[in-house]
Amino acid sequence: MSASAAVRRGGMNRLDPGGVRHRIAKFSDAHRSTSIVVGMVLFSALIFVLALVPPFSTFLNHQSWLNTFASAGVLVLLALGLNVVVGLAGLLDLGYAAFFAFGAYTYAFAASPFSGNDFPFLPMLFVGAAVAAVFGVLLGAPTLRLRGDYLAIMTLGFGEIVPIVFLNAEPYTQGTNGIGGISRPEILPSWVPFIGGPFGALDNLKYFLLMIVILAVTMVLLYRLQDSRIGRAWTAIREDELAAAASGVNTVTTKLLAFAIGATTAGFAGVYSASKITIVSPNQFYFTVSFTVLAMVVLGGMGNIWGVAFGAFVIYIIQSVFLTYLNTFFQALPIPIISDINFVQYQFLLYGVALVLMMLLRPEGLFPSKRVQRVLHTPEDPSLVAATAGTVDLTAEQELEAERLAAERDLETREALEAAGDAAEEAQGPYEEGALGAPPGSDEETGGHPGELRR
Amino acid sequence: MTAIASRATPVRRSRGYMLVLLCLVGVVAYYFLLLIALTLNPATSNAASALALQQVANALSIGAIYALIALGYTMVYGIIELINFAHGDVFMVGAFLSVVILGGVLGQTSQITDLIPLILLLAVALVFVMPLTGLLNVGIERFFYRPLRNAPRLAPLITAIGVSFILQNVALAVAGSGDRSSPQIFPLRDNAWRWEIGGISIPFLSFFIFAVAMVLMVALQQFVGRTRLGRAMRSTAQDREAAALMGVDLNQTIALTFLLGGALAGAAGVVWGLQFGYVRFDLGLNAGLKAFTAAVLGGIGNITGAVLGGFMIGFIEVFAASLGYTRWSHFVVFTVLAFVLVFRPAGILGQQLGERA
Repeated sequence: MSASAAVRRGGMNRLDPGGVRHRIAKFSDAHRSTSIVVGMVLFSALIFVLALVPPFSTFLNHQSWLNTFASAGVLVLLALGLNVVVGLAGLLDLGYAAFFAFGAYTYAFAASPFSGNDFPFLPMLFVGAAVAAVFGVLLGAPTLRLRGDYLAIMTLGFGEIVPIVFLNAEPYTQGTNGIGGISRPEILPSWVPFIGGPFGALDNLKYFLLMIVILAVTMVLLYRLQDSRIGRAWTAIREDELAAAASGVNTVTTKLLAFAIGATTAGFAGVYSASKITIVSPNQFYFTVSFTVLAMVVLGGMGNIWGVAFGAFVIYIIQSVFLTYLNTFFQALPIPIISDINFVQYQFLLYGVALVLMMLLRPEGLFPSKRVQRVLHTPEDPSLVAATAGTVDLTAEQELEAERLAAERDLETREALEAAGDAAEEAQGPYEEGALGAPPGSDEETGGHPGELRR
Repeated sequence: MTAIASRATPVRRSRGYMLVLLCLVGVVAYYFLLLIALTLNPATSNAASALALQQVANALSIGAIYALIALGYTMVYGIIELINFAHGDVFMVGAFLSVVILGGVLGQTSQITDLIPLILLLAVALVFVMPLTGLLNVGIERFFYRPLRNAPRLAPLITAIGVSFILQNVALAVAGSGDRSSPQIFPLRDNAWRWEIGGISIPFLSFFIFAVAMVLMVALQQFVGRTRLGRAMRSTAQDREAAALMGVDLNQTIALTFLLGGALAGAAGVVWGLQFGYVRFDLGLNAGLKAFTAAVLGGIGNITGAVLGGFMIGFIEVFAASLGYTRWSHFVVFTVLAFVLVFRPAGILGQQLGERA
């Protein structure tokens, strides 16, 4: 790309200062939690109304749409949790569905005829999340000291054996049949409009509203975490673990925290999902679930909470509504080959292709976070281009833009340094775990670099 | 150089003999362990010694399959530090190709009781399947991993998972979701081809698979250890930049590594069909995971270690299965992986090298 084109592109991406969009952006930066809640309310109102109007109302009726939105919320919640692990902390977790399973089975044990218990939903939501978090820590504590690749394979193994355990421990889980008849939630007294009273099988609106509330709360918490000292430590570890450790970030504890937060979110999703489908069985938690959620995080844009949430939502809707619709549509056509194609069956092929293409062509995802995009596309930064290609004539405006960008970049660097410094204050002492050099047990003992291909 | 080589060779050779001796001792110990376990179990106590022998043969062939797959993981990881998640699926493709060549192209579905035609047929299958899976692996590297060689670590890993799913779903689209039977050309039921002992029959197939695997592994060992290209591979694994400065063609060497790994996975696919008699689109995931466990167990990047690890995983799995815990065999294998990673992450033969990711 020529320098001037790069400058023009960079310039076009900037917001028009003083415009409405700029003012909204400024407001949402200043009042993030409020704007998330407002955004969620607006978005849910939008999809609520959209489902009533023609192009969408032809696919499903309104009740089914609400049901689909509620199920989509489960995947969005999972994607948000995995985003903390993969997107923010840069740890590849391939067994994420296991934590989802722990949440779901916890609620199944707490409120089903099989166990004989009937605990209320709301406390169990947190108990389920806590159980998932405990297993997250149990898995993470020994493995997070290892290199990233080993973590991936370890979590993959964990994700494989958890459903196997639930499948084989028949006296406690009823094996393949799963635990059925799980109680539906009852949260508020019946006089509360819309969401009050016991949830019925057909109360899609109640499930929808409950999911919106859970999502809004989760997103507010995750945004606040991302902007906190912990969030900056995650980013530091993702970008350069050695540098983060050298700056005093306790890498093991910080990574463990990311793992626990991710597991907690999956636990919420599990409890909600169990209370909605009212049956849990091992086949709901196989590797394909982990893979789907990973694809959602990658496609949405690792590290960007809104992007991941929106990406997961869109992917789920495409997968569960449009592929099914395509199926019925093409099956009705009298063309022999096309009518045989089962589009739903190939959703994982589509995910695979999408993952590979995203990684090769647009690794920052469809809705990237600013920081990730800048890391991946630095050469397009006009200030750099201008600096390296001094002969290019820049207009005064472009030069100004380039200077501003350079200043912004400096600011970011300073911010990152400060973040590292902040985190350093947190550390107990410079020579504890995570001080200069590799933390004990992280690399020297893993055989770190494979060294050589030995005979 | 020559001085170092001449000094090093006798040492290395004696270490090799020691290793072979240790392996033999290990197999015998494994036999007795199985014998004890089977004798203690009332359901199997009356034929324990024969059953134990049968399970040892079983373990040898399954271990050989895992070892062949594990070699691909370990070589690729040794050279570009990538867990090639698609490797297990390359093995699956190899198993399908073997069905295609034996059942489809050559039209062999029945047993062949003559030695020479049988060996010729299997040689044809191997010669057909191994280059194809090797080239498939090279293609995956060329188009999916090479562009990401300098990308953040997560990118090629996620790509590898994507490629794995693509291969799996292409197989699903072509072959359907059920088990496809693989032609059983090996005469399992013929009395001349099995060993009757105490009412238990041990097919020679197990030893045959073991032999095929051993031939391939020794060939690989010699290739990596003695040829110019093998030396290029080892030097690339040790230090990629330094190797490039010494005139090693990195792209060619990495492609060669993928070619060898893919070819061995293809061979594993062929013998899988013989041993188990079926192929399915999702074979790659579990076999790949176990083979990776084997590679880690043996010490990743270490060829001998991968072979050793493969056999150990096969032994562990068969041990669990012969005690009636077939459904828990996955669980056992991953528990082993967890313990290895926590207590000896460098593996059995891995060196304790301190270097940064």
